[in-house]
Amino acid sequence: MTNEQLIAHLTSAYPDANVKQGSQYPEITVSHDTAHALMVHLKSDASLAFDYLVCESGVDYPAFMQVVYHLESTSHRHFLVVKANTENRENPVLDTVADIWPTAEFHECEIYDLLGITFSNHPGLRRYFLDDTWGHPLRKDFKDDIHVVER
Amino acid sequence: MAEIIEKLITTDEIKTDEYLVNIGPQHPSTHGVLRLLTKLEGEIVHNVEPHIGYIHSGIEKMTEALSYPQIVHLTDRMDYLSAHMNNEAVCLCVENALQVEVPERVKYIRTIFDELQRLASHQLWWCASGMDLGALTAFFYGLRDREDILDIFEETCGARLTLNYSVPGGVMFDIHPNFQKNVKAFITKFRKKLPEYDKLLTDNIIFQNRTKGIGILSKEDAIAYGVTGPTGRASGFSCDVRKHHPYSAYPYIKFEEKMGTEGDSFTRWKLRMDEMWESMNIIEQLIDNIPEGDFAVKMKGVIKLPEGEFYQRVESARGEFGVYIVSDGKKNPYRVKFRSPGFSNLFTINHIAKGWKIADLVAIMATFDLVIPDIDR
Amino acid sequence: MAFEKYDFTPITQSIHQGLIENVSPLLTTIIEWTIIGVLYLLFIAVFGLFLVYAERKVCAAFQQRLGPMRVGPWGIIQTIADFIKLLMKELITPKSVDKFLYNLAPFIVIIVPFLTISVIPFAPGLQSLDFDIGIFFVTAVSSVGVIGVLLAGWASNNKYSLIGGMRSGAQIVSYELSVGMSLITMVILAGTMQVSEIVELQRGGWFLFKGHIPALIAFTIFVIAGTAETNRGPFDLAEAESELTAGFHTEYSGIKFAFFFLAEYINLFIVSAMATIVFLGGWMPFHFGDWAAFNNVMDFIPGLVWFFLKVFGIIFLIMWFKWTFPRLRIDQILTLEWKYLLPINLFNILLMATMVLLGWHW
Repeated sequence: MTNEQLIAHLTSAYPDANVKQGSQYPEITVSHDTAHALMVHLKSDASLAFDYLVCESGVDYPAFMQVVYHLESTSHRHFLVVKANTENRENPVLDTVADIWPTAEFHECEIYDLLGITFSNHPGLRRYFLDDTWGHPLRKDFKDDIHVVER
Repeated sequence: MAEIIEKLITTDEIKTDEYLVNIGPQHPSTHGVLRLLTKLEGEIVHNVEPHIGYIHSGIEKMTEALSYPQIVHLTDRMDYLSAHMNNEAVCLCVENALQVEVPERVKYIRTIFDELQRLASHQLWWCASGMDLGALTAFFYGLRDREDILDIFEETCGARLTLNYSVPGGVMFDIHPNFQKNVKAFITKFRKKLPEYDKLLTDNIIFQNRTKGIGILSKEDAIAYGVTGPTGRASGFSCDVRKHHPYSAYPYIKFEEKMGTEGDSFTRWKLRMDEMWESMNIIEQLIDNIPEGDFAVKMKGVIKLPEGEFYQRVESARGEFGVYIVSDGKKNPYRVKFRSPGFSNLFTINHIAKGWKIADLVAIMATFDLVIPDIDR
Repeated sequence: MAFEKYDFTPITQSIHQGLIENVSPLLTTIIEWTIIGVLYLLFIAVFGLFLVYAERKVCAAFQQRLGPMRVGPWGIIQTIADFIKLLMKELITPKSVDKFLYNLAPFIVIIVPFLTISVIPFAPGLQSLDFDIGIFFVTAVSSVGVIGVLLAGWASNNKYSLIGGMRSGAQIVSYELSVGMSLITMVILAGTMQVSEIVELQRGGWFLFKGHIPALIAFTIFVIAGTAETNRGPFDLAEAESELTAGFHTEYSGIKFAFFFLAEYINLFIVSAMATIVFLGGWMPFHFGDWAAFNNVMDFIPGLVWFFLKVFGIIFLIMWFKWTFPRLRIDQILTLEWKYLLPINLFNILLMATMVLLGWHW
């Protein structure tokens, strides 16, 4: 599908979700509690068939935490960006997508380590890079007087 | 008699205990500081749990305080064997965001450098994985030929490993006057040398026994685990970014996306060997046709990206390398995420190494072509 | 014949006579033992160092580099410098090893080459022990080495060492069979187990040519099994560097490590020497049919030179294996032995026996 067809298809399928053309790819923004159900459908729908999770990244915005999923379909070769937001900055929790794309298991561990977003139903959430005593350095409110020099 | 043996094997009395072995962080075959917490029963691998982060350098955090041209310099510290592809990914991302059209000459130079870098990377992979399998002579064959490519790099951009050659808007300097001559001489020479590689290892019966049918990764698993690059293509997952999302000069040239079907260690091995031939074909198509023109477009002194999110994918030597930049309109990015191919590739190891022997685990790791700074970032 | 003048028997006899006329028989024996012991010690130390140097140069040639070049002309003093370094290094004994077994293992490993070397005839009259069961003695004694390797693997209290030790145990016990049986094939042809007698029997032609097809098969198997016996590549999976870091000697340092290292090279020499003695006529010169002139020229080369020429030929062959082939896996190594080499060997013994019975050899 081309980007326009994809946007049209998604808008009709998910009236609640915010579908728009981003700076490069179609984007769909959803809330954290509906994200999992949406993505199960994105993979299982034969006309969409997003079977390849290219990249999963977390972003800390001032008002909310966001997890960005870059999805590609290996059969249709279309590309989609899914964004799941959660307003709870203190204890952000999202449903894991490791049951849909196994590779998410490892990307989610990285996000948990660096941004402190917890994923429920995750098979083995652990910190990959940093020690338990560290905070979550990619959060904007992260303070480290020893290692980070503010200019 | 058979019943007694059957009974002995199935009862607990003869069963041996599982034990844990830490392969790494300092180990000859982990190619860096990677720790594999391996559960073994005798020689059989029951579980592999990769522990990473020993050389995590916080590059994603550092980028938030740096300007875009500075970020380019950090990227070749990640996957140091595909330094130029990583540089290019950030440059392309910035150029796309600013909607800057680079001169044709830059596209050609970048593509030639990409393929030279891929050749150099595959050569180092070839010799290092030969050494993992116990063929120590292979190491020196690969390094000998890699030296020629590094000399070409050095002549043009002064660096041999961390190139820093691409900058937003073009390349840092024009190519050296001898560049075309030397590249052509190298290709002629390497076309004669590459069959030697096959004679030394690929055709060897011990080598084939060690790799054929070992560590099979199915196509479905390759897609589900996001395994890209030669490793994914060996399983039949068509994932070549050069083909599906062409960038730089790749749209202008004809090349074949090498594919395998078996997904075992030998196919992964063979596929990288084939890719070396294909890389040489690509370079030959481009090297005589580099158009005249500027080697860079003039960019603003301080590069500021418009607000928005930008994602750029390139094919590095190990697989799909992605850069995700979130910009808030300032000269520093708001958030940068690097999608490194090694990270996704590494974590399939538990899935495919289960039930094989320690020696097979080493062979599987060798054919996965892991670079640890690429995984740890 | 001309080469008889290179016989060492007059020299050894005159020393013995001189001693027995001047001192008591007991003292004579003690002095002779001491001389032989010191000579063997010197030989093993010097030859071991030389083999290490040779391996580095051979390996360098295969890998298109120069090898050691800095210490002394063409780097010939390099291995001596390395050995001095190993001597001066601290002997580290990790905290939780089994101290007695840990310290015992290197000595067991180094004893084996000293025992086996005693039956090897370097030249006519240059042999210290001439049993009538010489071949049997070699096969029996060379199996002791595996105990040292197993002890080192077990006592080190290191999982890599343990895996390496166990691999080595399985491997050496298996390949011991092939080494023994290929030697037995040749014993059937020779009709004796006395080493000097075997060499003497090859005066008219080397056993490799005399026994033609079965001897050739036995020689091939012996070289393969001998490479496996000495734990050398492509069968070096007891110390498989890329899998087990250094296998059974991971925890050893200094001179104890040097013992393992030295023993490996002297075992390499012994395997090559046995192949030379049993298949290639020991110190016998190369003769070709009835070319009298050619044979006379060959006779002028001393037996000692012939012996070492042949030994170095086989050592070079084994080094060639190591620097060309990738390493095998443990199950492949055992499959090779039990499913291929052993049945071929058993059949070969039958073939050789039939041939000797019917007189089909030269």
